[in-house]
Amino acid sequence: MAGTMRSREVGTVRGRIGIYLTALFFALFCGFPFLWAGMTMFRQDADLYNSQHLPFEYSQPATFSHVSSLFTDTPYLRFILNSVIIGLLTVAITLLLAVPAAYALARLTGRWGVPLAIGIFAVYLVPPTLLFLPLSRVIVALGLQDSIWSLVVVYPGFTIPLSVWLLVGFFRSVPRDVEEQAQVDGYSRIAAVVRTVLPLVVPGLFTVIVFTFTLTMQDFIYALAFISSSSHMTVSVGVPTNLIKGDVLYWQSLMASAVIVAIPIALLYNLFLNKFIQGFTLGAVKG
Amino acid sequence: MSSAADTAAGAAVAGTGRGDGPRRRWGYLFERERVLGPVMLLPAVLYLIFVVGYPLLLAFFYAFSDVTVGSNRFDFVGFQTFITAIHDPVFLKAIEHSFLITGISQALVIVLCTVLAFVLAADFHGKWFLRFLVLMPWTTPVALGAIIWLWMLDSIFTPFDWFASKLGVIPDGGHLVLLGHAGTAVGSVIAVQTWRMLPLATVIVLAGLSSIPQDIEEQAQVDGAGFWRRLFSIQLPLLAPVIMVAILFGVVFTFTDMAVIFILTGGGPGNATQVLPSWAFYKGINGGNLSVGAADAMFMFPVLLGITAIVLRMASRIGGE
Amino acid sequence: MATVQTRELRKEFGHNAAVDGIDLETEEGEYLVLLGPSGCGKTTLLRLIAGLEHPTGGDVLIGGEVVTRLPPRARKIAMVFQSYALYPHKTVRKNITFPLAAAGVPKESWPDKVEWASEVLGIGRLLDRRPRQLSGGERQRVALARALVREPQVFLFDEPLSNLDAKLRTSARDELKEFQRRMGVTTVYVTHDQVEAMGLGDRVAVLNSGQVQQIGLPEEVYADPANTFVATFVGAPPMNLLHVKDELLGFRPENLLPLEAVGRREGQMECDFEISRVENLGSDRYVYGTIAELDPDAKVIAKLPSTITVTVTPGGREKFVVAGDKLRYFDVEGGHRIDAPTAELPR
Repeated sequence: MAGTMRSREVGTVRGRIGIYLTALFFALFCGFPFLWAGMTMFRQDADLYNSQHLPFEYSQPATFSHVSSLFTDTPYLRFILNSVIIGLLTVAITLLLAVPAAYALARLTGRWGVPLAIGIFAVYLVPPTLLFLPLSRVIVALGLQDSIWSLVVVYPGFTIPLSVWLLVGFFRSVPRDVEEQAQVDGYSRIAAVVRTVLPLVVPGLFTVIVFTFTLTMQDFIYALAFISSSSHMTVSVGVPTNLIKGDVLYWQSLMASAVIVAIPIALLYNLFLNKFIQGFTLGAVKG
Repeated sequence: MSSAADTAAGAAVAGTGRGDGPRRRWGYLFERERVLGPVMLLPAVLYLIFVVGYPLLLAFFYAFSDVTVGSNRFDFVGFQTFITAIHDPVFLKAIEHSFLITGISQALVIVLCTVLAFVLAADFHGKWFLRFLVLMPWTTPVALGAIIWLWMLDSIFTPFDWFASKLGVIPDGGHLVLLGHAGTAVGSVIAVQTWRMLPLATVIVLAGLSSIPQDIEEQAQVDGAGFWRRLFSIQLPLLAPVIMVAILFGVVFTFTDMAVIFILTGGGPGNATQVLPSWAFYKGINGGNLSVGAADAMFMFPVLLGITAIVLRMASRIGGE
Repeated sequence: MATVQTRELRKEFGHNAAVDGIDLETEEGEYLVLLGPSGCGKTTLLRLIAGLEHPTGGDVLIGGEVVTRLPPRARKIAMVFQSYALYPHKTVRKNITFPLAAAGVPKESWPDKVEWASEVLGIGRLLDRRPRQLSGGERQRVALARALVREPQVFLFDEPLSNLDAKLRTSARDELKEFQRRMGVTTVYVTHDQVEAMGLGDRVAVLNSGQVQQIGLPEEVYADPANTFVATFVGAPPMNLLHVKDELLGFRPENLLPLEAVGRREGQMECDFEISRVENLGSDRYVYGTIAELDPDAKVIAKLPSTITVTVTPGGREKFVVAGDKLRYFDVEGGHRIDAPTAELPR
């Protein structure tokens, strides 16, 4: 087991206790906010807004009303829908541009391939906080202000670089022989790639889709700067700017809004994490 | 056998007809690597130039001009905007806070992510659950994570008050008001940034840890090196470049983040947690002064450039092997 | 059926000429083997013929037509890669029909062609398996079947046997030879293994440093090497080369025999062989030593078949002979073959 999993067996009792204690510390550090949010979202007002109550138990029965009111009384569902639409459109644009580019970098550009791939990846390090001011004017010039399309246009700016980097790694892991064989077997280069290489990088494509999608959910500043009406807002911006109204805070609903988004993304992420790491390092090795 | 020979000859004859014609010749253009490569690469490159390269250039222009949100006038004022920016006391504090928050949080991340990576590399019950929990701060959209922290830190119903009163730091029923005092507000922001960046760094270091060849570890064991010696003279030196990469990402994302500040403190109390990107946002978007906002943001550029240069050098060293 | 021809073919990678001006021409239906050490340019030459590389200069002709500018799919060739490059995501049947789909062959005729090809290669029961479920030998046959349905003008093989274990390789070699004989299709076959080259080729072209060193019948290449490279690359153990006066004197190890075993004959070269070591390999004995009177520095090997039972002992000195017609001469500078010795050799 230790051999295949690359896990290290911990022998001594003291070592094992140490491991579990450290694990517990990190579980609390990383997980406590979510535990707290999860406990908050089902509390009744009378339970929540009473500092005399012990924080880690329910003094009143749990209620689902604040979670359901999030969907019935707020534009939360609209925010989610907007986020999903923007995410999917960004995924489409990203795949359309990143797949050919990554293939070209992996196979066609010779000794320019590696520096170019690194150069494209460096674009990922240019932060939105540096670009949002000039981009806000570009968006106005394009007539896209306060439209979800402004985000669809801008998000590929950071999803393409990461996707190209991941995909270069996946393309390199496909043996060249296979597509050359297809060329000899009578296909054009592009047909050979579509029919033999793409089917073999399907796991890589799924990884890119998942990470592109979750990356678009992360953005805050672009959505904050470009979108002003709540019907066009994403979850990330809609919740903090639209659901926190003056002093009347429905904290149970707010916590629910965060947890409902966080859990599915975390599950998706976990599913593809190993592939992500593999692609991330594949892009680097084997120049 | 004879039928095979016949059909082979037939195919050869049919084939000759197929190979010619101008349409075919044109189609062969895309078989050439020198043609196909740029054709496949160009759309992505042009797109990135449009949404990243061009705005970056614009950002420079803005910083040297007096452009505002309302007008389309565009006068170059040289370094005037920068001089205005520098003379703003809040701006100077923002720079200081940016370095302070990034420096301390990422120093914490270095230590924590290394320890956590070793824990996750070990074998124990419930590992998958720890991995899931550890990833959550990173996978949760920043803004939503910050809202949870806002609830935990800012309200008078925070569990930290309860802990503090149990420990006797504050009287029973008293309040810490963590985000209300300059010191604890900065501390809170550092905590949130550490919490948010730890998962990515851990994942990167964990990948590095599993790529250390098992035989080196085993050789060291055979050579009689104990746990601590193996850790400090073999594993950590081998991990150093990977930890470096993890931290570079952490520095970029922390240094350029404004969502945590925007939601948690709004830069307060009294600009005590104002950082470069948040100040650029308040000036540029809320204040409507694009040029000053751009100039403020531009001060992130030297740091980013330095980091990018380091990343590129390391990446090309890996790529060149 | 067609011939393959290259004219002044060159391919440079950077400043490195992998293929350095090669002129070759096969005959109709010929089995031509390209033999050379790794890095000699033989695989690059094959890929140039296939159209997978673009030449720096020169032309490739298939069936008398210049195809230099055509992509692989327009060259009517079939190629079998070293790895067999089976499409891992397709069944054997789909692997075989893949080229048919490309050629626009109507779907109704696919089953017939698959049946025919799988019968030729005896893989009928494998058709619904995936490549990873096949053994090395089965993969080779599937790759051949896939090459076959294309009904190509030319077969190109890139070391197709090198991934097989030694035992399988011998039977696979027989199959390949038999296959080509039945199909009668012009074949260019690349290998670094001289046993394969000798056994399979109608003719063998020996390559080194991107150039053809010699092309000829296997027995010609073996017996009459054009230069010292061919002399030492072909044959195991390699040809003995001794620096004698201003020439290099060469003879094959199996032609250096004890005088006692063969007797004295006309034209023989006779010498004193100082024996340092004897290796018994069962079918042969390898005798290592030097011939001080000719070239004290050169290590010399004699290969004695087990039918010769003369005792040879390490440390001893024996009279050995080489028949006159087995002696070859090369010039010292270029290593090229020369006809006759300019000086008398010791008797």
